[in-house]
Amino acid sequence: MRWFWVDRFLEFESGSYAKTIKNVSLAEEHLHDHFPGFAVMPNSLIIEGLAQTGGILLGESTGFAHIVVLAKVPKMRFHSWACPGDTLTYTVTLIDARNEGGTIEATAYVGDRLVAEGEIMFAHADQMAADLPFDLSQKNVVFDVGLLDILEVGKAGDGTQRVQAGQPT
Amino acid sequence: MATSQEVFEKVQETLVDALGVDDDEVTPEATLIGDLGAESIDFLDIVFRLEKNFDIKIPRGELFPENLAGADSGFIEDGVVTEKGIAELRDRMPHADIDSFADDPKVENIQELFTVEMICKFLESKING
Repeated sequence: MRWFWVDRFLEFESGSYAKTIKNVSLAEEHLHDHFPGFAVMPNSLIIEGLAQTGGILLGESTGFAHIVVLAKVPKMRFHSWACPGDTLTYTVTLIDARNEGGTIEATAYVGDRLVAEGEIMFAHADQMAADLPFDLSQKNVVFDVGLLDILEVGKAGDGTQRVQAGQPT
Repeated sequence: MATSQEVFEKVQETLVDALGVDDDEVTPEATLIGDLGAESIDFLDIVFRLEKNFDIKIPRGELFPENLAGADSGFIEDGVVTEKGIAELRDRMPHADIDSFADDPKVENIQELFTVEMICKFLESKING
């Protein structure tokens, strides 16, 4: 299993907002423990999917010049849940971007049902090395685990690209 | 010109949002780390929010100086901030209560300089000049 918590970008407007989807499948190992007898997408992994969407949005806004790390979740409210077979739609809006990091507002919906809403803050790890407990020689997670490939996923049946990074749809 | 009360109320609101604390916990004397549970990344978050809420720019390190007690700073001896270090603190944190700190200048007490009141004083001088 790979650390991809979104399946596809639907919309991407550079420096502004992005929309992704995550299809929840019963084949996912974690759903069999969370919770026994009641398979439901863990809220922590919904946050991760929102953060991956927002992290790429923030990273792309500077041409991936910085190492973007999830720094803090100032607030997140969960109103319902997502089960196998559901498609989560993550919409994130960049509300603050600066040299030290940035903040997004995020929502997760299944259809028109609100699942989660909140804020996620990112730090540019390369700008604040002194404060960080880990070794910054690690590569940029976006490139290292191929996270950026998500932007390229999603070719339609006729082979056309669904979303082009950096361009409004 | 913003009054002290207006500044305090806005700071209170900012810290409630940034730290998830109740507004009655945010008193002028409250320390950010000890009383309000702030961690390092929260300082960045607080600066972001203050800039937005007060519509000002806060250059990095101006409100929350960095590397105050670094091992190679030359301002620490045997876990105590030296006279030179205290002078440096006065210079870099004019909005903090350095006099009280100077009575017991242990390194671990530096974090107690970061109070709600310190933020308010900083903002008042910034806004009102």
